[in-house]
Amino acid sequence: MIGSLRDLAPIILVIGFFQLVVLQQPLPDFIGLVVGLFCVVLGLTFFIFGLEMGLFPIGESMAHAFARKGSLFWLLAFAFALGFGTTVAEPALIAVADEAAQVAALGGMIEDSEPSRHGYASGLRYTVAFSVGLAIVLGVFRILKGWPIQYLIIAGYILVVIMTAFAPREIIGIAYDSGGVTTSTITVPLVTALGVGLASSIEGRNPMIDGFGLIAFASLTPMIFVMAYGMVI
Amino acid sequence: MSYFVQLLEICLSTVKDVIPIALIIFGFQIFVIRRPIANLKRVLIGFGYVVLGLALFLLGLEKALFPIGRLMAEQLTNPEFIRAWNDGPTDTLRWQDYYWVYIFAFAIGASTTIAEPSLIAVAIKANEVSGGSIGVWGLRIAVALGVAVGIALGTWRIVTGYPIHLFIITGYILVVLQTIKAPKMIVPLAYDSGGVTTSTVTVPLVAALGLGLAETVPGRSALIDGFGLIAFASLFPMITVMGYAQLSEWLDKRSKSRQRLTVQS
Repeated sequence: MIGSLRDLAPIILVIGFFQLVVLQQPLPDFIGLVVGLFCVVLGLTFFIFGLEMGLFPIGESMAHAFARKGSLFWLLAFAFALGFGTTVAEPALIAVADEAAQVAALGGMIEDSEPSRHGYASGLRYTVAFSVGLAIVLGVFRILKGWPIQYLIIAGYILVVIMTAFAPREIIGIAYDSGGVTTSTITVPLVTALGVGLASSIEGRNPMIDGFGLIAFASLTPMIFVMAYGMVI
Repeated sequence: MSYFVQLLEICLSTVKDVIPIALIIFGFQIFVIRRPIANLKRVLIGFGYVVLGLALFLLGLEKALFPIGRLMAEQLTNPEFIRAWNDGPTDTLRWQDYYWVYIFAFAIGASTTIAEPSLIAVAIKANEVSGGSIGVWGLRIAVALGVAVGIALGTWRIVTGYPIHLFIITGYILVVLQTIKAPKMIVPLAYDSGGVTTSTVTVPLVAALGLGLAETVPGRSALIDGFGLIAFASLFPMITVMGYAQLSEWLDKRSKSRQRLTVQS
């Protein structure tokens, strides 16, 4: 509780300073503000409590179970399902896809009508979800093989740079942003626990070097796929 | 009363977000692993806490922080406000005149990142896995600093109108160079920290700032230039986290070599 309050103190200070000193305006609806802040503090406390009780243990125990079972196919199927399933319904992604459809319509890449915009947006959404599923599969495969992460990620960056040169200008900003929005608050702890659990149950893997990195793949592949989507359509 | 109704609504939409995840986990557990989940009751209660916690968190943000933050982003980017602080008679604003915007971008980027739940989760895990050698606060502050620099630079880019890919590509080159030099342990974690920074708290506030700027700065289009801040916010933490590891390694080496010197003398 005190920890959560300390986590929030910087935001309160920043907003208070800008409102009172820079913009020189009174705080609107003081009681609402205090009640809201109380909710945020309480919520953060519950979230961290539940994280250690539910999300971390389930992620790790599934990783151990798959490692014991030794079936590569099912492990990769699980990885793909987790990546695809958590991304396709992500509200931030839905918002970005709708905005991208607007940009595309304005730029004359698609017809400016409701159905064509809708088709473009949902096509983009499934593309990104597919790319995140693929990213988790690739990341899990990397943990199994023990490949160093930097070669894969740097190769991905080089691909991003090359594609930037050829992709339509309007899509670039959205493509870069889509890398950041795909990983939600519930996905991150689960995927992290999965990676660390896998790395610690396979002999010869270091959980610090091999266990992290799944999120990095999940934020890289959407950039590549969104630019490809913009180039194809 | 209205709070309660809203809390229920947000709870329901959070549950809706969690359902696909729960289905995948329990589906694989039952049909593929075919083993009962250890401490099932505890795990379910944990999930309940996560959903309730996220719902309360989002409700509080929606009630208290987002409206005032968005309003602030609009007011700060308003050309009249900027003219009022720069008592020059000139009609055209130079990029220096937007300094309050950069300061706000830096401060809001750092402070929202400190409160980001998914970053807290990764920091706890990293601390556990590294056996305590990566501090929870050290990592969080390094990431927050990265987001702050990234967003401040991103707003400056919107004002000046330089193309985004120049910044991103330069950033990548820096990341590659640091990867070669930095301690091997930190590299995967640093790459991850780029993706975790931008979720519930940061994105809404930062998006409002970017769109507000792109709408009011002459010659910018909200649709083309309004995007890209998130990309900055996920690139720079990689640089600062690796920098943090490099710095602590260097300090460690220096203090060790000093100790050796005193022992020898």
